[in-house]
Amino acid sequence: MQQSNTYIIVYSAVLTIILGLLLSGSAQVLGPWQQESIALDKKKQILGAVISADEISAMTPEQVNKFYETRISSTVVDVTGKEITKEGVSAEKVEIAKDYKKPAEERSYPVFIFHAEGKPDQVESYIFPMYGAGLWDAIWGYLALETDMNTIGGITLAHAAETPGLGARITEAKVQERYVGKKIFDESGALVTVMMQKGEGKTYDGDAHKVDGMSGATITGNGVNNMLKAYMGNYEAYIKAKSTPKAAIAAL
Amino acid sequence: MSTETIEKDVVVKAAEPLLSKRRRKLITDPLIDDNPITVQVLGICSSLAVTTQMKPTLVMAISVIFVVALSNYVISLMRNTIPARVRIIVQLAVVATLVTIVSEILKAFAYDMYKELSVFIGLIITNCIVMGRLEAFAMGNKPYDSMLDGLGSALGYAWIILTVAFFRELWGSGAVFGVPVFQYVSSLFGPDFSLATNGLMVTPVGAFIILGLIVWVQRTKTGYVEH
Repeated sequence: MQQSNTYIIVYSAVLTIILGLLLSGSAQVLGPWQQESIALDKKKQILGAVISADEISAMTPEQVNKFYETRISSTVVDVTGKEITKEGVSAEKVEIAKDYKKPAEERSYPVFIFHAEGKPDQVESYIFPMYGAGLWDAIWGYLALETDMNTIGGITLAHAAETPGLGARITEAKVQERYVGKKIFDESGALVTVMMQKGEGKTYDGDAHKVDGMSGATITGNGVNNMLKAYMGNYEAYIKAKSTPKAAIAAL
Repeated sequence: MSTETIEKDVVVKAAEPLLSKRRRKLITDPLIDDNPITVQVLGICSSLAVTTQMKPTLVMAISVIFVVALSNYVISLMRNTIPARVRIIVQLAVVATLVTIVSEILKAFAYDMYKELSVFIGLIITNCIVMGRLEAFAMGNKPYDSMLDGLGSALGYAWIILTVAFFRELWGSGAVFGVPVFQYVSSLFGPDFSLATNGLMVTPVGAFIILGLIVWVQRTKTGYVEH
């Protein structure tokens, strides 16, 4: 059966409108749940830098929220390490991905502070968000520094579209554990961060600034290295100020 | 007189049971004899990609069942109005809408699964089983039958990818649904005993091998040969 052109055009238009309404309707209805899921996922990623993935996956969403509220406080700093105390600025609201497009000097930098259990004024570690480019798309992560502001307590890494089985392995605990205990400053206090090496299967126990690479994912590894270097550089002023609080006060 | 015959017709039609022999065949045929993966060799791409673990595979299987059955039903309802010259586009639009809804639901209620499967959920649109059933069946059959046909094909797809995922997770990660089976088993034989996992099973190559074995076993049993 051969239909007229008018029929085809009207049919397509009506179909488009109906399907469009269906799609926007479902997005509207599911929106609040999605926002909640995304916020929860962000909290899990932040917590992932300081507690193990198994512990997090064992928690219910309510437990994650409660744990986050009682153990994490946050602040926003600028590139010189000064706190931004403007009205309406909160670390949870800073969108690192959007800020990433601005020059480094104009970005806001959230810092998440992990407190000891039951002791809200005792800090266990500082968690810094990072953002950068992998092989195909964005990669991001959270790096936890212990109170000496040098030793890495943990790291979570995530990605938008790295190759499954290769670059996507940055999300695996086995890869992320390699960073634990490494140091971002060398003896002279210069920022060197931690570099993921090319190739896989070596241990770099003796070297505090190198970790084993991911076979077949050197470009993703380089992306992680660049991201670490860039963001630790951006946070350097804050980190330095925190690591030598007395000297900093004396200098003021 | 004429009204009588029409009435009779209606009665005869209504009498076909909800799951008559013919309708049962619609569901059971694609499970073995006309399996979309092992016989028609459709939907191979996703069966290689998502089958490293049971859990995401199960979510994928359920999503595909939902999309294929529902799109078959919807397209069959519309079949007499769809303009022949744009029918593929119309089918695609319907399938894409359903797939997007599935992915939105996952994003809201199973965010971890959404992150793990995101790209592959979107790629259900391009799964040949979906469009294949629409063109081959739903465009020319009644809605209910089309839905059963879609259900059958999707179930045929589902059990194959779940079987592949079972062996890949078991041999590749030593677990089933995340439960570390290998650990339990090896602990039975004392502390020095351990079962090794095979890294090959985690890669798509492992899926190819298992899929090949399933095809081999199945064709030996059914005696199916390609012409």
